[in-house]
Amino acid sequence: MKNENKAAKKKLAPLTKKSFITYAMVLIAFAVMQILSSGGYISSMLTGLLVPLCVYSILAVSLNLTVGILGELSLGQAGFMCVGAYTSAVFSQLTSETITQPLIRFPLAIIIGGIFAAIFGILIGIPVLRLNGDYLAIVTLAFGEIIKNVFAAMYVGYDSKGVHISLKSLSNLNLENDGTLLLNGPQGISGTPNDSTFLIGAIMLMLTLIIAYNFINSRTGRAVMSIRDNVIAAQSVGLNITKYKLITFALTAFIAGTAGALYSHNFYTLQASKFDYNLSILILVFVVLGGIGNIRGSVIAAVVLVLLPEMLRGISSYRMLIYAVILIVMMIITSNEKSKAFIEANTQKFKALFKRGKTAEAKEAE
Amino acid sequence: MGFLNNLINGISLGSIYAVIALGYTLVYGIAKMLNFAHGDVIMVGGYVIFIAMTSFGLNSWISILLAVIACTLLGIVIEKVAYKPLRQATSLAVLITAIGVSYFLQNMALLIFGEKPVNFTSVVNVPSLKLFDGKIVISGETSTAIVISILIVVGLSLFINKTKSGRAMLAVSEDRGAAELMGVNINRTISLTFAIGSGLAAIAGALLCSAYPTLQNTTGAMPGIKAFVAAVFGGIGSIPGAMIGGILIGIIEILGRAYISPQLADAIVFAVLILVLIIKPTGILGKKINEKV
Amino acid sequence: MALLEVKNLGISFGGLRAVDEFNITIEKGQLYGLIGPNGAGKTTVFNMLTGVYKPTDGTILLDGENITGKSTIEINRAGIARTFQNIRLFKDMTVLDNVKVALHNHYKYSVLTGILRLPKYFKTEKLMNEKAMEMLKVFELEDKAELTASGLPYGEQRRLEMARALATEPKLLLLDEPAAGMNPNETAELMDMIRLVRDKFGMTVLLIEHDMSLVSGICEKLTVLNFGQMLCEGKTENVLSDPDVIKAYLGD
Repeated sequence: MKNENKAAKKKLAPLTKKSFITYAMVLIAFAVMQILSSGGYISSMLTGLLVPLCVYSILAVSLNLTVGILGELSLGQAGFMCVGAYTSAVFSQLTSETITQPLIRFPLAIIIGGIFAAIFGILIGIPVLRLNGDYLAIVTLAFGEIIKNVFAAMYVGYDSKGVHISLKSLSNLNLENDGTLLLNGPQGISGTPNDSTFLIGAIMLMLTLIIAYNFINSRTGRAVMSIRDNVIAAQSVGLNITKYKLITFALTAFIAGTAGALYSHNFYTLQASKFDYNLSILILVFVVLGGIGNIRGSVIAAVVLVLLPEMLRGISSYRMLIYAVILIVMMIITSNEKSKAFIEANTQKFKALFKRGKTAEAKEAE
Repeated sequence: MGFLNNLINGISLGSIYAVIALGYTLVYGIAKMLNFAHGDVIMVGGYVIFIAMTSFGLNSWISILLAVIACTLLGIVIEKVAYKPLRQATSLAVLITAIGVSYFLQNMALLIFGEKPVNFTSVVNVPSLKLFDGKIVISGETSTAIVISILIVVGLSLFINKTKSGRAMLAVSEDRGAAELMGVNINRTISLTFAIGSGLAAIAGALLCSAYPTLQNTTGAMPGIKAFVAAVFGGIGSIPGAMIGGILIGIIEILGRAYISPQLADAIVFAVLILVLIIKPTGILGKKINEKV
Repeated sequence: MALLEVKNLGISFGGLRAVDEFNITIEKGQLYGLIGPNGAGKTTVFNMLTGVYKPTDGTILLDGENITGKSTIEINRAGIARTFQNIRLFKDMTVLDNVKVALHNHYKYSVLTGILRLPKYFKTEKLMNEKAMEMLKVFELEDKAELTASGLPYGEQRRLEMARALATEPKLLLLDEPAAGMNPNETAELMDMIRLVRDKFGMTVLLIEHDMSLVSGICEKLTVLNFGQMLCEGKTENVLSDPDVIKAYLGD
C-alpha cells in the first residue's frame, strides 16, 4: 500500500512541474516587458505588439489542444476567433453607456465572446465530429470561411423601431436617422472601446495555460488523448467518442473566442476579412514549430514568430515563405524514425548532463 | 433565358472544377492523401503560360505544352521532396506538410510576381456560339472547357483501365501492400499519379485563367478547395464522380451567385460540402472503407 | 444461470458466411478457450461479442441481459472487456494513464471540476491512482507506471492491455491471443497471471490462443472453430484428443 501511494504521488509531479515552469516563464516575460515598457526602453512598435502577442499565444494554445490532444486538425480556428471578436465588440458597444466601468464591461465581453464561439463550436461539432482526419480539416476550413463570409456580408443596426438586419447592402437596412449602425458589411465593426491592455492579455494567457494544463491532466483530458491514440481501443473501454470530441471542440472554440475578444478590443475598427484562412495557417505554424502537443512550445513559437520578422526587417518579406518551410521541414523531421531517434538521443544526453549537474550540486550541499 | 445562361456558365465553371477534381481524386485514391497544394499548381501553370505568351511571344499551344511539362515536373518534385519521406507518417503530418507546400507555392509566387494581379490573355480562340437570336451566348471558353473536360475524363478512364501503368494505379489504390507483393513499383506508381494530376492542373490553369482572366498568387487556392469539395461530392477516388461533382458544384456556385447573394456564393458551396459529408460522407459514387479490428 | 450464453450466432459479409450457428455457454469463474486454425472466425466471434460487428443472426446474453447488436460502448458498460490481437494501446500515454482511462466510467468528476481542480478532483485522482496501481501490480507492471506505453517490450504491452481491460471492471474478459509473440517463460508467467485474475477478482475469461501449452495449461473448457463452424466443444483434455480437431489443425 505504501508503495502505491508513493507512485501515486510521483504521478502528479512531472506534469505539474512542466506547467509551473510555463507559468513562471510567462510571469517573468510579462514582468520584464512591463518594466521595460514603463521605463520607455522599448519601441512603440514593440509596445503595439504586446497585446497581439498574447492573442496569438492564446490561439496557439487553443489550437494545440485540438491538434496535439485531440489529434485532429482544425483549420477553422480563425472562424471561432471571428465569432468571439464580433460578439464581444457588439456587446461592448451596446453596453458602453450602461456599464461605463471597463474593468467590469470588458471581462463580461470576453466571456460573452468565448461563450458565443463555444456555441458555434458545438453547433459545428455535432454534425461534423463523426468525421475525422482530412475530412474534418476541410470541413472546419469550410466553416471558417462561411463564418467569415457571413459576417462580411452582414449589415446590422438598431433604431427606435428595433433591430435591422440585411445581407444585401447598407441602404437595404432602412435605418432611421436616430439609428446606430453596428455591423457595416465588409467594412466590419468600428468604434469598439479600446479596452485591451497587456496586463489583461497576460492574465488571459495565464488563465488559458492553467485551463489547458488542468484539462490535459484530468479525467476528460485523458479520455480525449486515448481517443487520439486509438479510437477502437477507447470505445472498447467504454468511452463515448463523440462526447469527448465535442467537449474539446467547445473548449478550444471558447478559448479562441476569448482571444477574439482581446483582439477586437485592441483596434477601433475590425473587418471579418482579417479572420481568413491565412490566420488559421499562421496559428498552425505556431503549433507545429512549438511541437504538436507541447503547450509551452506553442507560446514560445508564437512569441518568436511574431517578434522575429519585426526585429529583423530584412526577413519580413520572406516571412510567409519561412512559415511554409517550417511546416514542411518540421513534419519531415518529426515523422522520420532516424531523425526522431537522433533528436531523442540528444535531448536525453542533454537532460542527463543537466541532471548530473544537479545531483552533484545536491551532494555537495549535503 | 437568364437562367439558361447561368446554367451554361455553371456547367462551364463546373467543367474546370472537374478537371481540377480529377487531380485530387487520383492522388487521394492512390497515395491516400489530400494534396492541398494541387490548387496552387494550377496557379503555377497559369504563370508559365502567361510568361511564355507575353515575355517570349510563343503561341498558345506551345505555351500550354510548356505549362503541362512544368507542372508535371513540379508535381513529381513536390512528391519526392515533401511527401515521399512521410509514407509511414500519420495522416495529420501528411496533411500539415501538404498545407505547407501549398503555402510555399503561393508565397514563392508572391515574391516573384508580386501582389498585383496580371491580365491573362485567353488561350482559347474558338468563336462564341449565339443561340435564339443571341439571347443565349456560349463563349468559346465555355465550349472549350466542356469539351476538354469530357475528353480528359474519357482519356483518363481508358488509361487507368486499359494500360499496365493504369492498372498498377488501381492495384495500389485497392491495397498498397498486396500490390507491392505482386511486383508493382509503389514509388513509381505514386510518382506517375502526381505527374498526371499536376499535368491536368496545368490544363485546368489554362482553362481557368482564360475564363476568368486575372492571375495572381492565390488564383488557384479557392478553386482548388472547391474542386476538392467537388471530388468529395462525387465520391473521392472515382473519376466519373469527380466529373459529376465538379459540374454540380459549378452550377451551385453560379446559381447561388446569381440568385442568392454574390458575397455568399463561396459560403453556399461550403455549406453543400458540409451537407454532403454529414448525409453521405462517401459522396455520390464513393465506397465505404472500414478499419480492420 | 450461465454468465455468457450465445445462441445461433452468425454473421455474413456480403455473400460470405464468416461465422455460422455459433453456440457457447460460459459459467461464472470459468477459464474458457476458443481455438481453431487461422481464419476460422475466432476474432470475428470476439468482434460480435463486443459490438464491433453487428451479428446477422442469433442472441448474446450476458448475465441474463440481452446485449445482441448493442454498441461497443454499451457492451463494455454491460460488462465485457477485451484485448486485441494486434495490440491497441494508447501508445503516447503513460502505462498508468492507459489504465486510468479504463477507470473512466467508475470514477467520475466533471470537466469543470478537473479544470478548476476542486477538492473532488484530488480525491478522485488519488483513488484512481491507487486502483490503477493495483491493476498494474497484478500484471507486474507497477515499476513501469511512468513509462510511455509504446516503450514497453512486446510481452509487457500485452499485459498492459489486460490490465486496462480488467480496469473497466468487467464480468467477462476476452483475451485475443494473449501469448502471441511471448517466449515460453513469459507464457508461463502469463498463465499464472490469468489464474490470479480469476482467483482474485472472480473473473470469467474467454481466450483465443494458438499456444497449446497455454490452452492445455489453464483452460477448463474449449470450443473449436473451423471455417466459421463449430467443430466440437467440451473439457480441454477431451477436445484436444478428438481426432477431428487434430485433423483440422494438422490437415489431411
